[in-house]
Amino acid sequence: MSTESWKSARNAVVLIACLLAGWQALYWFAGEIAMRPPLATLRYTANLVTTDAFWPHLSETMRAFAIALAIAVAVGLLTGFWLGFHSLSRQVFEPMLVAIYSIPKITLYPVLLLAFGLGMPAKIAFGAIHGIIPVALFTINAVRNIKPILIKTGRVHRLGPLDMVRSILFPAALPEIFTGFRVGFSLTLIGTLLGEMFAAQRGLGYLLMTAIGLHNVDLIMAVTLLLIVFAAVVSTLLLAIDRRLHRRSV
Amino acid sequence: MSRITLYRVGVIAAAVLLLELLCYVRVIDRITMQPPHQIVRDLFVILASGKQNAAILKTLSNASIALSLAIVVGILAAVALHGYRTVRETLDPLFATYYAVPIFAFYPLLIVLFGLGDAPQIGIGFMLGVVAVIVNTLNGLDRVPRVLRKTARIQRLGTIETALKVALPCAAPYVLTGVKFAVAYSLIGIIGAEFIMSRGGMGYEISFAYNNFDNATMYPLILLILIVSISINATLSWWEKVLLARRGL
Repeated sequence: MSTESWKSARNAVVLIACLLAGWQALYWFAGEIAMRPPLATLRYTANLVTTDAFWPHLSETMRAFAIALAIAVAVGLLTGFWLGFHSLSRQVFEPMLVAIYSIPKITLYPVLLLAFGLGMPAKIAFGAIHGIIPVALFTINAVRNIKPILIKTGRVHRLGPLDMVRSILFPAALPEIFTGFRVGFSLTLIGTLLGEMFAAQRGLGYLLMTAIGLHNVDLIMAVTLLLIVFAAVVSTLLLAIDRRLHRRSV
Repeated sequence: MSRITLYRVGVIAAAVLLLELLCYVRVIDRITMQPPHQIVRDLFVILASGKQNAAILKTLSNASIALSLAIVVGILAAVALHGYRTVRETLDPLFATYYAVPIFAFYPLLIVLFGLGDAPQIGIGFMLGVVAVIVNTLNGLDRVPRVLRKTARIQRLGTIETALKVALPCAAPYVLTGVKFAVAYSLIGIIGAEFIMSRGGMGYEISFAYNNFDNATMYPLILLILIVSISINATLSWWEKVLLARRGL
């Protein structure tokens, strides 16, 4: 275990070093008009996060993202458990979910804007529609792959439906559901940010979009860096938890 | 099976009818959405008049360029990477977090590098699609049975021939899964980039129509994109199923 974690730490360091080197090389190639080198970006970012103007944007994004993720997980789990248990519904609806999963949801953004108006609800809706379907699809699989013997054991113990879900089905399906949560997390984050880029007056996505409009390279680089670091750190953590859950369940 | 198909058609028909009804009783007003039959009629009008053909052609051809690049580069990269365990382990965290990063943030950089032509949009579509192809192809190559590789060695096939004649055909269903993702991602990339900043294409036309409350143009174009992406995806899924069925999976 310790050698393994040491190895993954070394891999991470090597990867980050390579990415930074590539960034610096790209800067030398592209020049001052297109981007900033790593060091300057770090300095600007450190400056940016100390300004008062930055925090409302961050908290707005985080709030929208948190609500969208909660909706995505709740609706996704409900749909997943329902379709996982009810075979006929699954056969009818699962292909539809897969089809919806494959459409470029970005084209739907004007529809959502017209339905929800500019602002928080549209962002949340845009984030949630990205996240619901992966959570649902993974949950369906998780529920369907529960070993029948576990369900029989629950029946032998005369568990009611609620106890059944709480103490048998959910724990048994957890690793797979968590994988769905991990995928849903990434997609919801992207969805929320995209929603902000196209339709908001606040938030990191809006900040990025105005920076693009004004060609404020410092700001573009800083916001991009913050988003990448946040996404990378959280999804690495989730991946570690995911792997541990899967290892435990085998 | 046919009963389930019937139910499925029924559910879709019910959803469309519900939309139609909601539009008819004005719960959904005309500025928000037009009734479905109107959208379909507008789509025919637009396609017949040909005034959006240039935009449609531009978006679809850019998407297919991005897709082909993603498939070719992705498969080549996966074949090249497959042998090197250390490199793969180092790149693993990158692949795992790649789709959590908003790639569109790189769009301004690409615009400065390539100018405001088609190239930056194709670049975004390519960047979004290529990693899905790499990851799924690697996954497929991992599952090639050792006996097949040994057979290739006995036949004295070179590295390239082994990849072309043995490993890739065997991994085909997995490669196809990657391609399916790449189709969706390349469309997302192209259309999203057109939304943000461009001089044409369906994304541009949709956001132009949105800004002018021109629902008669916006909804049909959205419908067209949905139809295109769903039918490509359905075709690839069917092909994938055929490939899997052929090996009894």
